Amino acid sequence: MSAPLLDVDNVSVTFNVTRQGAWPWTPPGKLQAVKDATIALEPGKTLGLVGESGSGKSTLARAIVGTVHASAGRVLWRGEDLRAMSPARQRAHGRHVQMIFQDPLAALNPRMTVGQVVAEPLTTHYPDLSKSEVRERVGKMMERVGLLPALVNRYPHEFSGGQCQRIGIARALITEPELVVCDEPVSALDVSVQAQVVNLLQDLQRERGLSLLFIAHDLSVVRHISHKIAVMYLGRIVESAAAADLIANPRHPYTRALIASVPIPSPKAERARHRPVLEGELPSPLAPPSGCVFRTRCPIVRPACAERVPPVEHVGPDHVVACPYHGQDAEAQSSTA
Amino acid sequence: MLATKAIADDLAGAAPIKGRSLWADARARFFRNKAAVAGLFVLVCVAAFALFGPLIATWNYEDIDWTVLGNVAEAGRPSLENGHWFGTDALGRDLFARTAQGTQVSLMVGIVGALISVIVGTFYGAVAGYFGGRIDGVMMRVVDVLMSIPYMFVLILLLVVFGRSMLMLFIGIGLVSWLDMARIARGQTLTLRNKEFVEAAVATGVGPFTIIRRHIVPNLLGVVIVYATLLVPSMIIYESFISFLGLGVQEPLTSWGALINDGAAEMNNGTLWMLLVPLFFFVITLFGFFFVGDGLRDALDPKDR
Ligand SMILES: Nc1ncnc2c1ncn2[C@@H]1O[C@H](COP(=O)(O)OP(=O)(O)OP(=O)(O)O)[C@@H](O)[C@H]1O
Ligand code: SF4
Ligand SMILES: [Mg+2]
Repeated sequence: MSAPLLDVDNVSVTFNVTRQGAWPWTPPGKLQAVKDATIALEPGKTLGLVGESGSGKSTLARAIVGTVHASAGRVLWRGEDLRAMSPARQRAHGRHVQMIFQDPLAALNPRMTVGQVVAEPLTTHYPDLSKSEVRERVGKMMERVGLLPALVNRYPHEFSGGQCQRIGIARALITEPELVVCDEPVSALDVSVQAQVVNLLQDLQRERGLSLLFIAHDLSVVRHISHKIAVMYLGRIVESAAAADLIANPRHPYTRALIASVPIPSPKAERARHRPVLEGELPSPLAPPSGCVFRTRCPIVRPACAERVPPVEHVGPDHVVACPYHGQDAEAQSSTA
Repeated sequence: MLATKAIADDLAGAAPIKGRSLWADARARFFRNKAAVAGLFVLVCVAAFALFGPLIATWNYEDIDWTVLGNVAEAGRPSLENGHWFGTDALGRDLFARTAQGTQVSLMVGIVGALISVIVGTFYGAVAGYFGGRIDGVMMRVVDVLMSIPYMFVLILLLVVFGRSMLMLFIGIGLVSWLDMARIARGQTLTLRNKEFVEAAVATGVGPFTIIRRHIVPNLLGVVIVYATLLVPSMIIYESFISFLGLGVQEPLTSWGALINDGAAEMNNGTLWMLLVPLFFFVITLFGFFFVGDGLRDALDPKDR
């Protein structure tokens, strides 16, 4: 196994939120968006990060690219702590890690031409490049992501969602980063376009040996393209494993519910299947449940779950799960079907 | 659709295609708005009058026509024969030349005030909004404090203490004009700061002042321009009010406010033109700016995009 490119070590992110109508001197509420998240990413591999809306996926991604500060824990890039870097060094680090966003149009400055958008990281990190060189590299990059280089002088609002996402990909890849954080890059796109964009990302990964952190709110895309998958719930990583292992042997009840919610292409198998649908809603991250955060919706919850935070347990090579009762229910659950 | 069009464009000519910027869109929308175009036309005419009026006037704005003095109500009427097209003022000075000169002063005051507010206010507000936190708190409290001072009082005090001069007038107006703009720019910046394109720039490692210049200010400019066009008339009104109090520009220089003041003083002597001429220019200019401002707001309205 190669050395990790990125090591996210017990990272927590807390936001201060002032409630509306509160006195100016009342202390702000603490919102735990991410709590004790640990993930590692190897060069050239894809890590899928899955969890429902509000589970803190984007916040973890932001902590990795450095746009929010981790309140605890460390983000290590090739062993170097991001937070220990000087601001200038952190900005220079931006060359290695780039991000692709969920809303393709909102991620592009409406007042800049596409050429300017794509060139920005390049001119930021390589200010000495000549104009013609920048133009040439932008043209090449546009071509690579499937856009006509002649469109450089157009503005983002003249493009479709899929094209905007390609522009975002071109911008992310122009400095030849080693890691690209894709925050739900396809959830805002039509299904047919989704496949094109995912294929493009995979091709680029193969070509350039990129690492991808691929965020999604369900497993449908992630399971096919990831080497490893981490499942997140209310700021915690509840289970992570190699992709095939996680799909075949899900241990955490939340992972099982996620897998069950992905439709199976064959209608017969679909009907025959037991689908434990999750009930209820995600609790507020301002007041998370005591003990296991999943206990308000867990199908196999027991009284002890409210008492302590379940420890992270290694259940196989590279397979960790945060639920002490993960092994005891598989039969029980399928027999009730 | 776009892709096929793009391909067609590409086949037609290999040269890069010119994009339709949001500015170009806004310009097209603006010129479709009849009231705004009419307002713009009026403003252009007024500006031309201010620039070229003194050149075509047959009289100088400070020379007294001794032939009409003493009988202004009769001999000083607007007439084509004696060259006083707009009549004369109570001292027998040509009102056409004086109005043209007053227009210069009033427009200048309005435009300088608006420019100061655009440059200082936008930058100040963008910096406060972008950095947020304590910097924002301190910067905006400064604005609050300055705003709570009755600026008209300060302006009058300045003019009384340092003497009446154009420079003092500009300083006084410049001191207050940027405050509102700073608040508006800050409010807009707070929303822009959370946009993903700003986050993308931060993540890439673009420096904070480059982000403000490249990503924040261009996206503020729509609101700022609209507000600035509405600010010009209010600056003109301030100046007129000051002049109306007799504290504005110094004789023989004049401004709309001073002219209106003089005209109003002579209202009972049957020389109504002395009031109506400057009032006419004053009113059409204000309307011109309001129509243009309205048109710009509609043209630049983000909801329309
Ligand atoms: N800047 C912030 N200030 C305060 N709270 C925040 C901030 N950013 C995110 N949060 C909160 O943190 C929690 C996690 O948000 P996050 O955006 O990371 O979720 P997510 O998993 O990306 O969801 P989605 O799928 O909707 O994008 C949410 O409850 C959100 O309200
Ligand atoms: S610890 Fe308890 S509540 Fe949490 S997932 Fe396991 S069984 Fe469910
Ligand atoms: Mg998100």
